[in-house]
Amino acid sequence: MNAVFILMQKELRDGLRNRWIISSVLLLGGLAILLSLVGSTPTGTVNANMLDISVVSLTSLSVYLIPLIAFMLSFDALVGESESGTLLLLLTYPITRAQVIFGKFSAHLAILMLAIVIGYGGSACINILLADGNSSGGLNYLWMMLSSWMLGAIFLALGYLISTIVKQRSTAISVAIGAWLVFVVLFDLALLGVLIADQEQSISQSFFSKLMLLNPTDMYRIFNLTNISGSIESYSLAGSADTQLFSLLELCLTFICWLAMPLILAIRIFQRREL
Amino acid sequence: MVKSDLLSLSNISKNYGPDRVLNRVNLSIQAGECVVLAGHNGAGKTTLLKLILGLIKPTEGSVSVLGQDPVNKKSVKAKRSLGYLPERVSFYESMTGLETLKFYSKLKSEPVSQCAALLETVGLDSSAYSRSVSTYSKGMKQRLGLAQALLGDPDLLLLDEPTSGLDPTLRRQFYDIIQQKCQAGKAVIVSSHSLVEIEAQADRVIILNKGSVVASGSVQELYQQSDLPLSIQLSIKSGHEQQVEDSISTLAISVQKQNSILTLECKPADKMEFIKQIADLGDIVKDIQIKPPRLDDVYLHYALSGLSTPSEQPSSDATSSDKTIAETHS
Repeated sequence: MNAVFILMQKELRDGLRNRWIISSVLLLGGLAILLSLVGSTPTGTVNANMLDISVVSLTSLSVYLIPLIAFMLSFDALVGESESGTLLLLLTYPITRAQVIFGKFSAHLAILMLAIVIGYGGSACINILLADGNSSGGLNYLWMMLSSWMLGAIFLALGYLISTIVKQRSTAISVAIGAWLVFVVLFDLALLGVLIADQEQSISQSFFSKLMLLNPTDMYRIFNLTNISGSIESYSLAGSADTQLFSLLELCLTFICWLAMPLILAIRIFQRREL
Repeated sequence: MVKSDLLSLSNISKNYGPDRVLNRVNLSIQAGECVVLAGHNGAGKTTLLKLILGLIKPTEGSVSVLGQDPVNKKSVKAKRSLGYLPERVSFYESMTGLETLKFYSKLKSEPVSQCAALLETVGLDSSAYSRSVSTYSKGMKQRLGLAQALLGDPDLLLLDEPTSGLDPTLRRQFYDIIQQKCQAGKAVIVSSHSLVEIEAQADRVIILNKGSVVASGSVQELYQQSDLPLSIQLSIKSGHEQQVEDSISTLAISVQKQNSILTLECKPADKMEFIKQIADLGDIVKDIQIKPPRLDDVYLHYALSGLSTPSEQPSSDATSSDKTIAETHS
């Protein structure tokens, strides 16, 4: 049996035992259902369907929650094992360091996927039932689920990078929280500050929009709001960007770059590390 | 027929930053050998084992396990032929003992059906198979650790301080298993502080000091090379103590007198001459007891005395028949 698959199986079993899967599903599902029920009020006013409203609400929620869950899953994936001593023994077996990362990463991806499919999917089913079987906006919702998974994958990859760079678990969690704050809160605040200070004198709106590609959470917002633009209004920072500046292909390529770069870097660093 | 080496280290050095933790170590091991790596903490034993396992790369020199470089990610054959028990073995706490062994068995592409039998071999109680590893005692973890090291009946077993912190019964079981493996033609490298415990199993002892091999050979060779004095106790007829002392004073390094008992030390090379002189004294000497130096004294002699030992002389052939395979260059 392939070493990646063996490790993935083990990590999934760990995920089930330490309640990561169940808690992620409950967290995402519970909040999604709550937001759907509370957020269903404006559907009559803005003439939008419930699923589109849910996409906007869940996009705002996912930007905070998905990176957090991804970091919590991955920050100690390698440094934790290194600290406990299990990594030393594992690497004496016929398994390469790249296989160790791929095995763990694919298990964490699967956990995220399960949480999103069951949590967000369950919420969508409730929405459709409440709307008497009306499933319009379902495609946008599916795109939102897929992009949430992609967003999670990017932050998992960043978590693995952190886990390979640092030497201690306590440092890893500090760096992960710092990175979460930068990507989810501070980056947007800094951009807003620059935008207000500059008054579009030296930074054009198109350049400003391009800057958003430097943050996967903004890309995620742009992606989802592009899908539903016109059907509802949005008030997030991403809503201020000209969403037509990016094609779907551009956004997907940027997503892939954001996923691949930290993962490749993590593998490179891990391969060079001496235990 | 000339046996090929299972393991060959050639002029291995390892630096961590400016510090040299291993210095030009040569070592080759053949099937069926039990080699004991001895040395104080920080002497370089664990680093040497990590180099063999391919966990770290040598700064200089080369490592070959079954003809493969263990650092190379394609050296699956080398990794399958190794079994390793770390000094402080750690397992995934959420797994049971049997699950742990099955997990490692799959990684080594070995049938999981052998796992229960292996746990029985190392003496783990069957009631513990389905218990979480987090509930295991130190001894149980060591047993599980030994079981995973034995997976796939590896050609080369690397055991890093395997009996540290274990009770005497368990230690005995560990050494019995090591002996069985050697008799079955497997090579074993044991890193240990206590030479006395493993003296019976050791075909060769390699003593490391500050990253260099300061002594290498069989236990008997180490005794001879150390040239440590013998302790001789003479029981003398009352009133003749001074006479005896005078007659042997030229050969004795030190003499202690307590009532009618003389305790002396002499060089091993002078032993026979010493005995002759005692015999010449006739029945003045009622009894004689000769005690060779203890193995721990031999170990301490090498471990603490630096690099000035007979094995310092470079060997031209690392696999020479006299088994003096390690050479050091200060």
